[in-house]
Amino acid sequence: MKAIEKIIAKIKPIFSKGGSLAFLHSTFDAFETFLLVPGTVTRKGSHIRDCNDLKRVMIVVVIALVPCLLFGMYNTGLQHFLAMGPRTELPEFFAVFWYGFLKVLPLVIISYVVGLGIEFTVAQIRGHEVNEGYLVTGMLIPLIVPVTIPLWMLALAVAFAVLIGKEIFGGTGMNIWNPALLARTFLFFSYPAYMTGDKVWIDGFTGATPLAAWIRGTSSAVMPSWTDMFLGFTPGSVGETSVVCILLGAVILLYTGVASWKIMISCMAGAALTGLLGDIPVHYHLVMGGFAFGCVFMATDPVTSPQTETGKWIYGALTGALTMTIRLFNPGYPEGMMLAILLMNTFSPLIDHTVVAVNVKRRIKRIATYG
Amino acid sequence: MNKRIFLDPIFKNNPVSVLALGICSALAVTVKLEPAMVMALSVTLVTGFSELILSLLRNTVPNRIRIIVQLVVVATLVILVDQILKAYAWQVSKQLSVFVGLIITNCIIMGRIEAFALSNKPFPAFVDGIANGLGYGIILVAVSFFRELLGSGTLMGYPVVPQKWYAVNGGFYENNGLFILPPMALIVVGLIVWVFNAQNDKKVWNK
Repeated sequence: MKAIEKIIAKIKPIFSKGGSLAFLHSTFDAFETFLLVPGTVTRKGSHIRDCNDLKRVMIVVVIALVPCLLFGMYNTGLQHFLAMGPRTELPEFFAVFWYGFLKVLPLVIISYVVGLGIEFTVAQIRGHEVNEGYLVTGMLIPLIVPVTIPLWMLALAVAFAVLIGKEIFGGTGMNIWNPALLARTFLFFSYPAYMTGDKVWIDGFTGATPLAAWIRGTSSAVMPSWTDMFLGFTPGSVGETSVVCILLGAVILLYTGVASWKIMISCMAGAALTGLLGDIPVHYHLVMGGFAFGCVFMATDPVTSPQTETGKWIYGALTGALTMTIRLFNPGYPEGMMLAILLMNTFSPLIDHTVVAVNVKRRIKRIATYG
Repeated sequence: MNKRIFLDPIFKNNPVSVLALGICSALAVTVKLEPAMVMALSVTLVTGFSELILSLLRNTVPNRIRIIVQLVVVATLVILVDQILKAYAWQVSKQLSVFVGLIITNCIIMGRIEAFALSNKPFPAFVDGIANGLGYGIILVAVSFFRELLGSGTLMGYPVVPQKWYAVNGGFYENNGLFILPPMALIVVGLIVWVFNAQNDKKVWNK
């Protein structure tokens, strides 16, 4: 720590006004505040300043995502070796993990290099601070795409999500939609053949994810057991398969207070109630496809979900209900979570506005009765 | 005769990118370059001649029934265009389907008749109509250029992207399906609006 402080203090004048590299000052700021908590104090008024700033909030989410990422790597290897031979000939644990690691790592690298590259460039052009929102988005994107996606498609999707989805609206905190989901939506509609869940594992074997198999009407004999889907030993996008790891992430998010438990609970309740309309047991729906992942990590995005407490209940319940509606009644798209969250993102300012307006009306009425 | 009458509608007051008129058809007919060009030509002719005719009639039509008269003139011209397309360009006419008939509801035409033709002499009115049609056409052609190139890999129906690039032929490339869908048309129009605004007088937007 001391060494970092020393280096930063030494090179700071170069990037300050008048220094030789002053035009790069926002890049310097980004690294300085990333490495050290800024020593800024409030000078006027009695504002309380929490030492937990945006960068550290983002890091908590990234840490919460690590179990999903690690399991996703192992599962990638597992699915590959299961497709190649019987379960008894499975290589040792580390070999399986290493295979998946080599498959998933390029996705993470591409996502961060392209995304952060755009973020830094835009911040330089505008003379803003570099926004830290991409730390989370960059980790989410590799987790919600199939591992076989070509890297140039991923890079294109990341560029689209960051530029059209975020920078145009003014950067982190201003975006209407969750940028990671926008990247997935872009891939989903641009290159549907790679995304539908029908041919997720191309190396040596092409199979369908459980959800896609069910939508296409495959008999339940092929369906993996509930326990397998809960633990995550099924084909699917990198980070979405294991509900155990997602729950682990959820615990971290809830304990640190980063995500809203109201959205998670109401989202599950909405999905469970709507899921009763279908012919498949509800507890299967909750562990299938991207539902759990979206519910814990996507729907709770503090930027794109409502800010009012009542609004969070409404938003979560509608997200869950819409997901199930799309899964049950729309044969075109097997996974409804992505579209449901994006649609509710669009409506969340309206939900907030309505909640506030109703409250104002109620209080005016109360004053009138006393008056 | 002022040359601004001709140039302004193409760049500074472009009907689509600045006045935001005629967006719907700009989204609907721009999947391919060829129908977009035919559509642009049709709209240019209808706007030009309807402004010419209504400018000639401007002193004889009673003010209270002018909208009906305008509609009769525009509808007649649109039907003419539609019939000509059906006779001489059946394939394109089938692709454009209902959108030729819908030229009558194109906001640019009524807007320019009300704003310009009714208070100007026939020749400037005709020039204004043609220029507005061209301004609309430029945007249409630009949008459909990108949509056809990236969405279908062709231009005017001819393959531009080399066949061996495609994944089915052992390459890496895939056409981008999103460019076929209307949302991407709206995004492309939005990006063009951005370019236009950056080029145009910035003071207007900074006020």
